[in-house]
Amino acid sequence: MVQFKLPRNSTIRTGKTWPKPAGAKNVRKFMIYRWTPDDGENPRVDTYFLDMDKCGPMVLDALIKIKNEIDPTLTFRRSCREGICGSCAMNIDGGNHLACIYGLDEVKGDVKIYPLPHMPVVRDLVPDLTHFYAQHASIMPWLETKTNAPQKEWRQSVEDRSKLDGLYECVMCACCSTSCPSYWWNSDRYLGPAALLHAYRWIVDSRDEATGERLDDLEDPFKLYRCHTIMNCTKTCPKGLNPAKAISEVKRMMVERVV
Amino acid sequence: MRYLTDRKRAERKGASGTGTEHHWYMSVSAVALAFLIPTFLYVFGHALGQGRDQVAATFGSPFAAILTGLVLFVSMQHFAKGAQTMIEDYTHGSWRRGLVMLVYSLAYVITATGLYALVKMAM
Repeated sequence: MVQFKLPRNSTIRTGKTWPKPAGAKNVRKFMIYRWTPDDGENPRVDTYFLDMDKCGPMVLDALIKIKNEIDPTLTFRRSCREGICGSCAMNIDGGNHLACIYGLDEVKGDVKIYPLPHMPVVRDLVPDLTHFYAQHASIMPWLETKTNAPQKEWRQSVEDRSKLDGLYECVMCACCSTSCPSYWWNSDRYLGPAALLHAYRWIVDSRDEATGERLDDLEDPFKLYRCHTIMNCTKTCPKGLNPAKAISEVKRMMVERVV
Repeated sequence: MRYLTDRKRAERKGASGTGTEHHWYMSVSAVALAFLIPTFLYVFGHALGQGRDQVAATFGSPFAAILTGLVLFVSMQHFAKGAQTMIEDYTHGSWRRGLVMLVYSLAYVITATGLYALVKMAM
C-alpha cells in the first residue's frame, strides 16, 4: 500500500544551526538535509549561513563553500560542474535540479536542499541509484543488430539522425524519474521516464534491428503504462528534454502494432 | 534479505505482453463517452420532472433506449478499467487483486441493474 506518513525513524528533525559569518552583510540561509547511517539517528535539517559576496552564483558553489569552509562532513555528489555528468541532481527549493546549473538567484528566500525524493539515501544528499541504473540497463541501451556488421560503419541519414535529438542528451541524473508520482509508488515495476526515454532512443534509432523485441519487453501494464502523462518529468528535466513525449511515442507505436 | 542481483530485481518476471489493449480501450471509450454523455444528459434532462408515463415513453423510444444502454455499458467499462489503473497505482499484492475484482463486480452489477430497469421501462 502507498504510505502517506513517514516511518518514525525517517521523520525529519531540526538539526544544528551553524554561526553566521562574521562581518558579512549579504547573508543567505541554507537549510540542508543531513542523514548518516552510522549513528542510528533520524534525519535532520542543518542550517548554514553564507556570505553571498564571497560565494559563486550556483547552488553547487554554495554547497562546496559550506563543505570547504564550514562543515566538511556534508556529503553530496558532484563532478563536471557544467550539467554534463548528472551527478549533482538534488531537490532544491522543492524541485529536482542539477545543483551545478541551478542559480541561487532562481531560489526565492531560504535555500532548502534535500536529496532526490523517494529514493533510499546513502548519506546526506547522496541517493542510492542502484535500482535506477539497473532499470536503465534492462532496456538494453546499446545498438542491437542482426545484419552482419559493415566493414566501415552503420550508416544513418541526416533525417534519421535528427530523430535522436532531444533523446541522446539525457545524462541520467534521475531528476525526472524521482519527480514522477507513478515512479514513487511503483518504482519496483515501473521503469520511469529516464529509462523509457532511453528505450525510445534505441527504438527510434534507424540502425537498431531489435525494435520488435524492445517493444515486446516494454508491453506491460507496469513497465510502460504506469505513465499517466503527469508531465513532472518534462517540467523538471534540467536538460530541457521531454520524456513524456518519448513515452507517448512508445505508446503510439504499441497501438500501431495492434490497431 | 534476498541475494538477488540488481538486474534481476529490475527485470523481475519480465513483460506480461499486455497493457496496450487496456490503453487503446480507454482512449476509444473516452472519445465515445465524449459524445454519449452530453447526448444522454440532454435526453435525461428532458425527462427530468415529468410523470412516470412520459419518462417511460421517453426511454421507451429506440433512440433513448439504445443511447442509455450504450452509456451504461461503455461508462461502466470505462469506470472499471480506470479504477483498476488507480488501484494498481496505490495498492499492492492481495489488496490490489481484491480491489480490482471488487470494482469490476460493482461495474457489472450497475450495468445489469441499469439494463434491467431500461428493459422494464421499455416494455
